[in-house]
Amino acid sequence: MLELNLIMLFVIIAAFIAVEMKDLLSAVVSVAAAGLGLCIMFLILKAPDIAITQLVVEIFLLIILIRATIRKDLPFSTSGRWFFNTLMTVVFLIVFLSVGYFVLKQLPQFGHPLMRVSGYYLSEGLEKTRATNLVTSILLGFRAYDTLGEATVLFTAVISVLAVMRKKGRKKIDEAEDKYEL
Amino acid sequence: MNSNGMSLIVKTVTRLTVGFIFVYGIYIVLHGHISPGGGFAGGVIIALSFVNLMLAYGKQELYRRIPKLFLALFETVGAIMFLGIAILGFMSGYFFYDWFVSKGKPFTIFSAGTIPLSNIAIALKVSSGLFAIFLVLVLIRVTGGSQE
Repeated sequence: MLELNLIMLFVIIAAFIAVEMKDLLSAVVSVAAAGLGLCIMFLILKAPDIAITQLVVEIFLLIILIRATIRKDLPFSTSGRWFFNTLMTVVFLIVFLSVGYFVLKQLPQFGHPLMRVSGYYLSEGLEKTRATNLVTSILLGFRAYDTLGEATVLFTAVISVLAVMRKKGRKKIDEAEDKYEL
Repeated sequence: MNSNGMSLIVKTVTRLTVGFIFVYGIYIVLHGHISPGGGFAGGVIIALSFVNLMLAYGKQELYRRIPKLFLALFETVGAIMFLGIAILGFMSGYFFYDWFVSKGKPFTIFSAGTIPLSNIAIALKVSSGLFAIFLVLVLIRVTGGSQE
């Protein structure tokens, strides 16, 4: 467990650096370091499916962050309301920590989960679905209805992004419409 | 954004490696029921190969190779395919019933009933959808006068 704690410390430090950095590119690189540490943590906890997905989505999001946001001048103002901001930060920290303390006491011990439904999946999954990757057999066999919901969420997101950003069918307001590429 | 792409070194390396990335994504999708991976991760890898192509060669080359209509078409085909697999389960039972007659031996590609078909449908959806989101978020420049 020592290496897991060390990597967790590394991820927390990288996240703090990403928040506090003034330069945008350095902040993005720090986010990448935190994501890579999270991927290695998933590998140590023996979840290679989640590790692959984490690594791939991290790369995709970093490319989007670098290409879409780094050229733009993002307005970021902290002046004026520092007292209100600090007060709200402290209040939310106290609320989250106290709720987390009372909730996390109820969880079972690390590495000893409650095996009621998942025990059935583990023992009967290969016989029922004939898929040797048990994560896929749960995702698309036993729990395929949830996967359909996730696919609907992604479909709705793509359709709405394409509908908001479209070029055809918009009203011509001024010459700046020509800046739209799609 | 420079529409001509990056330098000659980047173009050559991309031309040599983008096919391998694409084939690796297809491998992850097709072996999703045997080894770690699956439709979502493989779909994102396929989308990343197209992103790589676009970043290296610029958007004109990409428009010449992939018509814009294809993205919406693949997205819709993937969604309808996944829903159709689910609804075909009503032939012999309930929603998402595994309607394959013989499920095959484990540890082979042609096994596990409808799970590989669902993986392919999700990969089509995820790759085309994420690449469309990337195109929209990166290529469109919102200037000050046209924000409404």
